[in-house]
Amino acid sequence: MKRLALGAALAILAAVPLWIDGTYYVNIASQILFYSIFALGINVLVGYAGLVTLGHAGLFGVAAYTAARILGGGHGHLAAVLGALALTLLAAALFAGLALRGTGIGFVMITLAIGQIVWGVAYRWISITNGDNGISVSARPSPFGLSLASPAHFYWATYAVFLVAIASMAIFVASPFGASVRGTRDQARRMNALGYQVWLIRFLAFLFSGFWSGVAGLLYLYYNQFVSPQAVALTASAEALLMVISGGTATLLGPVVGAALVVTMKNVASAYIERWNFVLGAIFVAIVVFMPEGLVPGAVRWWRRATAGGR
Amino acid sequence: MTALAVRNLRKSFGGLLVTASVNLAVESGERRLIIGPNGAGKTTLFGLITGELRPDGGSITLFGQDITRVAGWRRPHLGMSRTYQIITLFPGETLLRNVTLSLLGLSPLRWNPVARLERQRGLIAHAREVLTRVGLDGLADRPVAQTSYGERRRVEIAMALAQNPKVLLLDEPFAGLSLEERRDVLRLVTTIPRDVTTVMIEHDMDVALDFAERITVLHLGEVVVEGTRSEVVADPRTRRIYLGE
Repeated sequence: MKRLALGAALAILAAVPLWIDGTYYVNIASQILFYSIFALGINVLVGYAGLVTLGHAGLFGVAAYTAARILGGGHGHLAAVLGALALTLLAAALFAGLALRGTGIGFVMITLAIGQIVWGVAYRWISITNGDNGISVSARPSPFGLSLASPAHFYWATYAVFLVAIASMAIFVASPFGASVRGTRDQARRMNALGYQVWLIRFLAFLFSGFWSGVAGLLYLYYNQFVSPQAVALTASAEALLMVISGGTATLLGPVVGAALVVTMKNVASAYIERWNFVLGAIFVAIVVFMPEGLVPGAVRWWRRATAGGR
Repeated sequence: MTALAVRNLRKSFGGLLVTASVNLAVESGERRLIIGPNGAGKTTLFGLITGELRPDGGSITLFGQDITRVAGWRRPHLGMSRTYQIITLFPGETLLRNVTLSLLGLSPLRWNPVARLERQRGLIAHAREVLTRVGLDGLADRPVAQTSYGERRRVEIAMALAQNPKVLLLDEPFAGLSLEERRDVLRLVTTIPRDVTTVMIEHDMDVALDFAERITVLHLGEVVVEGTRSEVVADPRTRRIYLGE
């Protein structure tokens, strides 16, 4: 039953460009998917490692800017993607080395500061980042000879990456290493006394989280064919964190649902309501009041209560 | 052979000298009881021995190996396990998962990001065995949050026993237990094999007196009396500390 539902959901998602009319909505679906990947990456730290980050847009941006620069230098897409991911991992290692000197609020503040440094570089170091004007990318890649220029093709490519991301999360969560990471969240002292290297476990979780943030940043770059300081601003980090928290931390589907909510509100609601930010705020307040654990765990709880009451 | 030796160990928190100068030598296979009133520095001493705290001076050796500067996480790998006075378990997880995590801590498998923990049959069977040893096999699949305090205390001990330690440090295992639960826990710790060197901290003298051959009395961060059960009980200094003149 569960497998059947999963299969049906995957098939419906795969067919999005076929049953949704108009490139506008297909593009929004693509955005939901790559923001989901970003939120899944952040969830590794926020949900499973218990380390709240406000600087992950920095990693997202490092990937996007690096790829844009490599492409601008006349190199191919493969070099751009590999170079971007390598530099993102390097940046993640550096960020982790700094931020993991603290936990709790200390960790939040250091990630916030690092994110702002990346933003400062994007905004001010004009010779590298072209400042406020951003960097354009002339074309999307054609992996295996398939052009991703059309919205539907780009959606399918993003969907394939999304599937790999969510599968990697499912495997990670069920693995011994996943249990190690959650242990450091719940009882760091005890984990240390049991023989776990708490710092190193957190460091590796940070890299894993940073990797998927970088992948999302690459998809963002190719989707917009443009990157500017807006992508690495504090609001971008906060928005991604809100996706994770509103959907449900430490769940597989929570970040996806949260990303869908935020992206939909941003794009669709703003077409009808001028003050769409107000609507989004009201929704977050409602989530905090009625489902403080997030939409996915909250919906499960409500469903259980409803079915238990019916009996 | 000396299993655990502590020499001139010192630790202060700001201006407060908690461990003044502790010397301790526990022989291999020995059962040692460390008693002392509140504030004697017992838990701090355990913190120093397990590497959770960094000493200001002195040395700690485990079976002749100097471990003073060895990282805390490495010490269980060298055969040293502990329990906590304030129960420190994973409250959302089942008892079985708690003990499995303890076993995993010493296994290289803990780094594996692709295997499935649920499929590690050997590890899980081993964890079940340990729970049976402490009489909790019936509750293996229950989350810690749904167990009694006495049961949690036994899980604490199971977590340490699972690691098959050479030196076991028990930090006030009777704290907060009812009389009946105390008897259960006492029976449990007396069944620990004799080749495990066991050091127990206790605040209340009467509870665990039968457990140990040798007793150390700690007071204001220093060893005041040390000797066999009858020597320590008869010593006037012990009485002074406990009865206040």
